[in-house]
Formats: sequence, structure tokens, C-alpha cells
Amino acid sequence: MTTIRFENVWKEYDERVVLEQVNLSLADHEFLVIIGPSGVGKTTLLRMLLSQEQPTRGRILLDGEPIASEPTADRGVVFQRYSVFPHKTVLGNVMMGPQWAGAPLLGRFFGARRRALEERAMALLTRVGLGEHAEKYPAQLSGGMQQRLALAQALIMKPKVLLLDEPFGALDPGTRKSMHELVGELWEENRMTIVMVTHDLPEAFLLGTRVIAVDKRRNDPQAPERFGATIVSDFEAKCRSVRESRAFETERERVRLTLLAGNSTTEDRPPVPAIETALVKD
Amino acid sequence: MRRIINYAPRPGVRLILALLPFVAVLAIYIFASNARLAVEPADKLMPSFASFWTTMVRMATTIDRATSQYLLWWDTWLSLQRLFLGLGISALLGLVLGIIVGFVPYLRATFEPFFAAFSLIPPLAVLPILFILFGLGEASKIVLIVFGIAPFIIRDVMLRVAAIPAEQIIKAQTLGASTWQMISGVVLPQVMPRLIDSVRLSLGAAWLFVIAAEAITSEGGLGYRIFLVRRYLAMDVILPYVIWITLLAFLMDYALRRLSVAAYPWDQIKAT
Repeated sequence: MTTIRFENVWKEYDERVVLEQVNLSLADHEFLVIIGPSGVGKTTLLRMLLSQEQPTRGRILLDGEPIASEPTADRGVVFQRYSVFPHKTVLGNVMMGPQWAGAPLLGRFFGARRRALEERAMALLTRVGLGEHAEKYPAQLSGGMQQRLALAQALIMKPKVLLLDEPFGALDPGTRKSMHELVGELWEENRMTIVMVTHDLPEAFLLGTRVIAVDKRRNDPQAPERFGATIVSDFEAKCRSVRESRAFETERERVRLTLLAGNSTTEDRPPVPAIETALVKD
Repeated sequence: MRRIINYAPRPGVRLILALLPFVAVLAIYIFASNARLAVEPADKLMPSFASFWTTMVRMATTIDRATSQYLLWWDTWLSLQRLFLGLGISALLGLVLGIIVGFVPYLRATFEPFFAAFSLIPPLAVLPILFILFGLGEASKIVLIVFGIAPFIIRDVMLRVAAIPAEQIIKAQTLGASTWQMISGVVLPQVMPRLIDSVRLSLGAAWLFVIAAEAITSEGGLGYRIFLVRRYLAMDVILPYVIWITLLAFLMDYALRRLSVAAYPWDQIKAT
């Protein structure tokens, strides 16, 4: 269960108001997409959720607790570029987070622990379609593959929230389409909360379960910096009850089919696609 | 007729063209030397290659009476020792200070202007101070090298640290990295290739300071020897020594380049 709340959040740089009166409350397992014109403060909103920047007023709560004042492992992130480490192989990139968590001084696992982590990382890489590129360096990958790697690298830490800052902005249309499918599936499989910033409207409605538009509500032509942007509209793009009933129906259909096929196996799959299908537990 | 920049030599031609200036310089020297020796067989300014060879063989294989050492190897050993110590200390200082000061904003705000000012002090101008403080022995020579090149390396490393995209540092934090883990796992490996390049670029300056220090006061060393035999116009020693120093510098540069390629393959991919 992950909930996010923005309580009357403001962001000002000296005299310039960027964001004002942002109030938002987000339930568990939502795919929130933030849209709006460029330079309006979408990314600032995301950065505040990441603690890369601090709100000047108000507060942000994650599961009812104020978020830490610096980036931490409970919020994963994929940026448009530079989200992966150029000096590590694909596999090395994915293994970094768990090794940092488990080996404070060396940041490196050895022996059985390393092999277990390698297996887990490989499973995740195979899931995002990078299985055969594990030994390459990021510079040898295409833009789309780098973003897949960045996703895997963030997902292995099992963050409560995954933040995506225009993750597909630099990709060509074909790659972008396959990335949409991947992100949608990962969101379903891991039952996590995703917050994404984009300026692509079709993308927003394709992926998002909830789409918010950020823009200036008021504007003073003499002093454009006087008023900041805020949430001007809030759509429930995919209704929660519809989503849940659809998931339920899919599951019922699957169980029905397995029963028809041969009522031999005593499969104990959980009623909804579970978090741990791709991420083997340690 | 295309523009001249659109004509490129083939690989074989390229090799010949690259050798051409070397051959030309050599030919001019031999020609001029022969012309002078024909007039005055005892000419000291442009000795023949035969006398270079005999002098070098003498210096490399016979024990000098004054120092009871093989002079060429003894000088080389002393100079390289000074050079490696100076370069090593500078590289270490550059790495440690450059990373820490470049990465921690408070330290950066405190020390960056100081390093910038410090690196502008001409090292040879403070050489007398070093002699007064550290005596005329080895310490002052090594401090001179460090004084001369460490500020450059520190600033270079600092710039490289600053050039690491902020996204990577944020990402590392969302993966749970501590400051130490970010330094050791993200910053240090990405700075190392630049440090090697930085040391390569400093080689020339380091040799300059070694030779300058040896010229003023020393018991031995390649620079010392050159300045010592200058009194006798012994070009048959000076010229081979200069070529020997050049060769050593080239070998060091080459070794560092190979090291960078072997140890940091990912850095090469980016370049292509």
C-alpha cells in the first residue's frame, strides 16, 4: 500500500512563484501522469516528490509520513537521460542498488550472495528484454535499451513509488511504443505507484490511470512571475472499479481455462498478478 | 578540384608522411655535421653519430671514477625516482582533494577559489623558498614538482567531478547510496580515466621541474648531467641525453595510454 499526499505545496524562487496551492492525494497502485506546457513546473513537481528540491511551503506525505529531505531508496527514478552509470556493465548497473544496501563499505558482494543477486538481476534484465546484453556497457546500447536498463535498475530496489521524468522524450516512435507496453506491464506486475511527467497527451491517456494537468490559473501580464501554476484539471482516465473488475475477470477466465485444460495442477497463483513474479525474493 | 580539406592520405601514405619530418631533421643534421667536421675534425658543436654512440656506450658501460656509478643508468635512476615520486604524490593529492572538494558543496565553496589562485603561482618563482624550507636535498625537488603540477591535476579532477550529470548522483541516492558509496562507486571510477589523461598532460611539466631543480643543485640526474657537461660544450653527451629524456617521456605517455585503455574499456567506447 502506497499513498501520496501533497498538502498545499508551494514552490517559489525568490520572487518568482512556480507552483502554488498544489493539493493532491493519490491512492495505491495508481499511474499518475502530469501534463502541461513546457516550463510550467511539471518537472519541479516531480523533483519535489523526489526531494531533489524542497517545497517552500506545505508538505508531501508518503504513506502518511513526510518524505525525507533528500532522495532515498523508497522513491525510484528514471530520467530522460543519464540515469545509468556509464562505467558499469548492464548487469553491474542493475546490481548496484542491492550491493550498496548490503555492503556499506565496499559496495560489492562476493561468493554465494553475489551469485544470488546476479540471478535476480538477470531475471529482471530478461524481463525488460536486455537478457543478452548483460555484459555490454550502456554506451553500446540504444536510447530505448538504456531506458529499459534504467527501469530495471530502479525496480530491483522495489521502490514504493517510481518517478519517470519524460522517460520516452528522446526515443523514436517505434521504441516509444514498445516502452509504453513494457512500463504498463511492469506497473501491473509489480502493483506499484508510478508518477510520470510528459508533454505527450496521447501517451498520458494511454498509460495513466489518473491524468493531472498543471498550468497557471491566473496570469498578471504586468508581472508574470506573480502567480504560479497549479493543478487545473484532474481526470480519472481509467476508473478504478473498471480496472479492478477487469483484472478480476481476466483472472477468473485464466482459472477457468486451466481448470478446463486439465484439472490436475494445484496451482496456487494469487488472485491478482503478484508483485514477485519478476522479482525473485532474496 | 576539391577543397584541400577533402583530400585525405591513405594509411600507407600516412605512415610515410608521418616519418618524413623525422627523416628530414636527421638528414639535415648529418649533412650539416659532416660539413662542419670536414672543415674542423675536432668540432664540438655538431658531433657525428659515431661519437654519440661511443660516448653513450662509455657512459652506460664504464664506471665513473668520481661517483663509482654507471653514469647513464645512475642519472636515469635518480631523475626517474624524482619524477615518479613527484607525479605519484601529485596524482594522489589531485585524486583525493579533487574528488572531495569537487563533490562536497561546502568544501567546494571554501577551497575552489583558493586552488584557482594557488595554481597561478609560478612554481619556479618559489623555488628559493622551497630550498630554504626543505634544504637542497631531494625533498625540495619533489616538492617543486608537486607544487608545479598538483594544482593543475586537482582542478582537472574537480572539473571532471562537476561534469558528472546531476541525474546520475540523484539516481545513486535513490538506489540508497551513501556519500562514501557515491564517491567510491560512481565518482572515483569515472574520474580515473581523466586523472590518467591529466597525468599524461603533466608529464612535460614534471620533466621541466625535474631538470630545473637538478640544474640548480644536485648530485646526479639527467638534468644535472646536461648542465654539468655544458661547460665543456659536450654536445656528444647533451644531445643523446635530450633524446633519451624524450624517449623516456614518450614511453611513459604510451604506458599510461595503454593503462587507460586496459583498465577503463567503457571510457573508450564513449570516444568512438
